[in-house]
Amino acid sequence: MESMRVAVVKVYLALLLALFIGGPMLGGQKAMAQAPAASASQADRLATLEKQASDNAVAIAAAQTSGDNAWMLVSAALVLMMSGPGLALFYGGLVRKKNVLGTMMQTFAMMAVITVLWAVVLYSLAFGEGNAFIGGFHNMFLHGVGLAPDVKYAATIPLQTFMVYQLMFAIITPALITGAFAERMKFSSMLVFLVLWSLFIYAPMAHMVWGKGGFLNAALGGRIPCLDFAGGTVVHVTSGVSALVTALYLGKRVGYPKEAMPPHSVVLSFIGACLLWVGWFGFNAGSALAAGTLATSAFVATHFGAAAAAVGWIAAEWIRQKKASALGAISGAVAGLVAITPAAGFVTPISALWIGLFAGVFCYFMVVKVKAWFGYDDSLDAFGVHGAGGTLGAILTGFFANSAINPIFGKDKPTGLFEGNAHQVLNQAAGVALAWTISIVGTLVILFLVDKVMGLRVSVDDERDGLDLSQHGEEGYDWAH
Amino acid sequence: MQKIEAVIQPSKLDQVKDALVEIGVDGMTILEARGHGRQKGHTEVYRGREYSVDLLPKVKLEVVVTDEMLDRAVNAIIAAARTGTIGDGKIFISKIDEAIRIRNDQRGEIAL
Repeated sequence: MESMRVAVVKVYLALLLALFIGGPMLGGQKAMAQAPAASASQADRLATLEKQASDNAVAIAAAQTSGDNAWMLVSAALVLMMSGPGLALFYGGLVRKKNVLGTMMQTFAMMAVITVLWAVVLYSLAFGEGNAFIGGFHNMFLHGVGLAPDVKYAATIPLQTFMVYQLMFAIITPALITGAFAERMKFSSMLVFLVLWSLFIYAPMAHMVWGKGGFLNAALGGRIPCLDFAGGTVVHVTSGVSALVTALYLGKRVGYPKEAMPPHSVVLSFIGACLLWVGWFGFNAGSALAAGTLATSAFVATHFGAAAAAVGWIAAEWIRQKKASALGAISGAVAGLVAITPAAGFVTPISALWIGLFAGVFCYFMVVKVKAWFGYDDSLDAFGVHGAGGTLGAILTGFFANSAINPIFGKDKPTGLFEGNAHQVLNQAAGVALAWTISIVGTLVILFLVDKVMGLRVSVDDERDGLDLSQHGEEGYDWAH
Repeated sequence: MQKIEAVIQPSKLDQVKDALVEIGVDGMTILEARGHGRQKGHTEVYRGREYSVDLLPKVKLEVVVTDEMLDRAVNAIIAAARTGTIGDGKIFISKIDEAIRIRNDQRGEIAL
């Protein structure tokens, strides 16, 4: 009798709890209608309670999904905004007037072409089942990518949400590379080059870091767990290093460095950079794949990283050049955002400030000094900001990652060097080294092939006329009307 | 008929315009120009690269006046545009062969 009483009391308390949570959601009346009548038998009452509990579990899951899915869809939109118009404006303002549309078109073309490619085969290669290095073809044409969650990737949101969110990353990554070959690549060759790049460099990298069974996947038991919360290696190192390779292969712009080629509109770049900063909340905080506290951590870290880096770049510039420039300030912020990308969901807010500060100063010197030393024409500093910033950020993640923010290796298991796991820095370096290698080798091969088949650079005349006219038959600005 | 071309500082445009209108010169053409005489330019810096900018923003006024009006117009411009520092600008005067009003084909001084 005693244990029966305890059981009934427990069931009764559970019912009360369920009514408080489930009642308002299901409609008070309905919950009341489910309340057991005084004359019903014990078994009937238990059956009713079990159904109530199960209904409530479904409702709670639906509420969780609704919150997570809402955030993830917004994040996907924010990341797309980073490409268009964020990056398009940022890059567009930095080139000469005669190339503004051509530059924006390169990013926009990615928004269109990569989307189609993603649906057809690229998603499958990046996130489908495969081996440690690449996915497969099972999800071609998004077969199997429905509205039910994939528990391994994101348990509370439809797989299609996950797919479309990741698509936005696949769009912006090749778009970043366009900064290195600005003002001199044929539109047709650029399309072929970046499609091949996405297939042979982005897909394997994304799979290794984020895909099931990925070689570097820290969350899903990769052989070398590399901490990359939102794509420091997958997006920034690959694009930045590939950018450098492309800049070297293509050669300098006609007239560089003697001819003056200042940005034609720092105003456009400013607007683009601010859109990038805001959009990056979707890029980093959205990589929590849910609307919970990890998203908060990543959001805060992202913002702090950007701000500290802007301060760092401004300080370095002010000291060295006597003035703080608008272009420098926004470039610093972008550098910080790049560096915090791999770290966003692993570090404390104050660590994010440090990472940002280092990145701001480091990237300043990469862009202002190192580029001049080596003399390469990385027109829009894709390597100086993304390649260098991403590499620095990935390594620093190994230092600052903390299980209190994200117990990715297990609760209270030291994650980064300052927490006691020095080995992680080596793992980070390994991931970065792999990204560098794939990027260099892959990009060289693809560039060589595309060059032989269709040529990469525009003709000297077309370069002088500008891409807007020569590639697209348009003028960016027509003040005469 | 005489053509007056005056290259002046952009900040002096309103004063010069008003001075000309005040003495009865209504028609003029204003162009945004870049240039320099003995005035030095400035240096701009973008991501560590220095660009020396010699071509400074200027405004060019073109007015065509009758021979009788010429001296008064020139003096009005000078009085309004002068600051006494390098960069004030220059005035050039040339003879005009013909002036035509497009609307009604009037020719000569009456078209001014």
